[in-house]
Amino acid sequence: MSTTATSIEELANQEYKWGFVTEIEADTIPKGLSEDVIRMISAKKNEPEFMLEWRLKSYRQWLTMEEPKWSTVRYPAIDYQDIVYYSAPKTKIDQLQSLDEVDPELLRTYAKLGIPLREQELLAGVAVDAVFDSVSVATTYKGKLAEMGIIFCSFSEAVQEHPELVQKYLGSVVPHSDNFFAALNSAVFSDGSFVYIPPGVRCPMELSTYFRINAKDTGQFERTLIIADAGAYVSYLEGCTAPMRDKNQLHAAVVELVALDNAQIKYSTVQNWYPGDKEGKGGIYNFVTKRGKCLGVNSKVSWTQVETGSAITWKYPSVLLMGDNSVGEFYSVALANNYQQADTGTKMIHIGKNTRSTIVSKGISAGHGQNAYRGMVKILRGASGARNYSQCDSLLLGDQCGAHTFPYLEVKNTSSQVEHEASTSKIGEDQIFYCRQRGIAAEDAVSMIVHGFCKEVFRELPMEFAVEAQKLLGISLEGSVG
Amino acid sequence: MREHKMALLEIKNLHASVAGREILRGIDLTVGTGELHAIMGPNGSGKSTLAQVLAGRDLYEVTGGQVLYDGKDLLSMPPEQRAQEGIFMAFQYPVEIPGVSNMYFLKAALNTIRKSRGLEELDAMDFLTMVKEKLALVEMDPAFLNRPVNAGFSGGEKKRNEIFQMAVLEPRLAILDETDSGLDIDALKIVANGVNGLRTPDRAMIVVTHYQRLLNYIVPDYVHVLADGRIVKSGDKNLALELEQTGYAGVEEAVTA
Repeated sequence: MSTTATSIEELANQEYKWGFVTEIEADTIPKGLSEDVIRMISAKKNEPEFMLEWRLKSYRQWLTMEEPKWSTVRYPAIDYQDIVYYSAPKTKIDQLQSLDEVDPELLRTYAKLGIPLREQELLAGVAVDAVFDSVSVATTYKGKLAEMGIIFCSFSEAVQEHPELVQKYLGSVVPHSDNFFAALNSAVFSDGSFVYIPPGVRCPMELSTYFRINAKDTGQFERTLIIADAGAYVSYLEGCTAPMRDKNQLHAAVVELVALDNAQIKYSTVQNWYPGDKEGKGGIYNFVTKRGKCLGVNSKVSWTQVETGSAITWKYPSVLLMGDNSVGEFYSVALANNYQQADTGTKMIHIGKNTRSTIVSKGISAGHGQNAYRGMVKILRGASGARNYSQCDSLLLGDQCGAHTFPYLEVKNTSSQVEHEASTSKIGEDQIFYCRQRGIAAEDAVSMIVHGFCKEVFRELPMEFAVEAQKLLGISLEGSVG
Repeated sequence: MREHKMALLEIKNLHASVAGREILRGIDLTVGTGELHAIMGPNGSGKSTLAQVLAGRDLYEVTGGQVLYDGKDLLSMPPEQRAQEGIFMAFQYPVEIPGVSNMYFLKAALNTIRKSRGLEELDAMDFLTMVKEKLALVEMDPAFLNRPVNAGFSGGEKKRNEIFQMAVLEPRLAILDETDSGLDIDALKIVANGVNGLRTPDRAMIVVTHYQRLLNYIVPDYVHVLADGRIVKSGDKNLALELEQTGYAGVEEAVTA
């Protein structure tokens, strides 16, 4: 037992390296939520009337709703009046013409996080939208992308510059009344990213948003909307971190994806919000609604997520397969360590004919972590020829943690085909000893075994992210082959 | 008995127990460079325990005695250090590691060992060239490199994989723990050929086996019979043949007498 226990402890005890706080002057509104607060947020953002109306409608809906209780996650009641709903660095972001005008303190913060906004612009093939607390502070490569007709900007800017697109698609995938947290987000969301890829355009670089929560007692409520018009393709990455704080912080985001005829959207997340300390104190409550809509024929939405952070993760990136022959994919690695709780999975709703979906879920539990996979595959009457393949694997490190699997199947069409496979395994002392006997140290052995377990998901990630994801799991890929 | 060449391994009065039960009750054994020692004995005599204790498995508690490897105190080293110092054990039950390719695993192992010796790590190309040669030794297909470690392997493939790993890692002391168990005669011959191909004047081997059969193909310099946690008889290859005739009953009587 000692060997396994030591190495797992070492893996578990890696410090959260992103826990620093940026000292920056912020425009922060008082705590609490009311119609006045919503009007204030909307006014600060100088929003058109339709946005304010939508927010208020969502807020009134939210007041009638209750927090969902069906998942496995347990946490003390959240006091929604004790949260700050808007906090922005005091820079006149609306007037920013270039990165030179971004507060150098913010640039330093992103550099420290490994997202150097400048170098990124110069070197890597990745365009970044950096969201700091409630606002987007910088978006790189905007000009170059605009030449191809691609819109990549903050949500706030999209509301000002492209209100017709926002009005058309906002809430078209996740309605304002969808669920408690989505309704809350719809009422108070402050920023996020907006992407529109015009017909026939293949976005030449990875688009990415880096979310950073900095201010104390602040909730982050961002909203992302991505539209791939007919025949378009885009790969989008999302990363996130937060300082270490004793008090839990709420993150309730909404992501909507719309894929028209023959369009493809690949959405990848590496979620590394502060998970709380070893005793389970502090950490981010991550209640997120992500959904993609394959509206057009032959369209495809693919979710890949690596969830290593947050005290609580509650998210089910889903796909509505409406267009005939459309494809939905969900690849997930979720790690629950110490006292982290993860309840995550997906919904694949087959509506169109010959729609196909693939689900690969890898849950890793360590310490006292609890990890649940919750997934629904629904095949409606009209979805003839639909196919689903689901695979859910759980890996346990130690004997204090738990893994749970809740697959729901609803099949209303007899010509469809659904497959489900599940497995649970434990990192054995045998495996670790075998590696050590070959010269490999125990912690490297654990990393190697975990990496092997997650491989099917990692290979779906874009290169830059795969590396980060492996580092996050304490894995050295040095000299990897094959 | 002949005088040993330079002693690589010296086991002195080694005692070890598992869960409070004493399994090894005073083992004395000296293995010189270039020698091949066979350890034989009935089930439960402590053969595999001896192999595992030498490799550093912490299921077993060493309760007495000393082991010197190349003059150094072996028992104070963690298993990975023993491997880095040149000790290799071919497992009786090789372990599966799903999702980790043989190639990746072996390259990580080899480079860790090389690094510990101050040698440069091999890059992917040099590594591939080298392993392809070694594969031939155990008649394995290169496609096998991309398969996950031992996952879905037949019993014979697993044992061949152990010998292949040994060929790549080039140990100074190889311990083969019941490498013949579960092998049909063809697989046994391949494994034995592999082992024989790796016998060199500067490499010692300890072959643990229940049956004499393996020793028809891997001819030992010394044979030791283990019973009830002690070496009760030592001799040359003829001792193994003798045991084939008489069985272990005779040696067990010798212990109790």
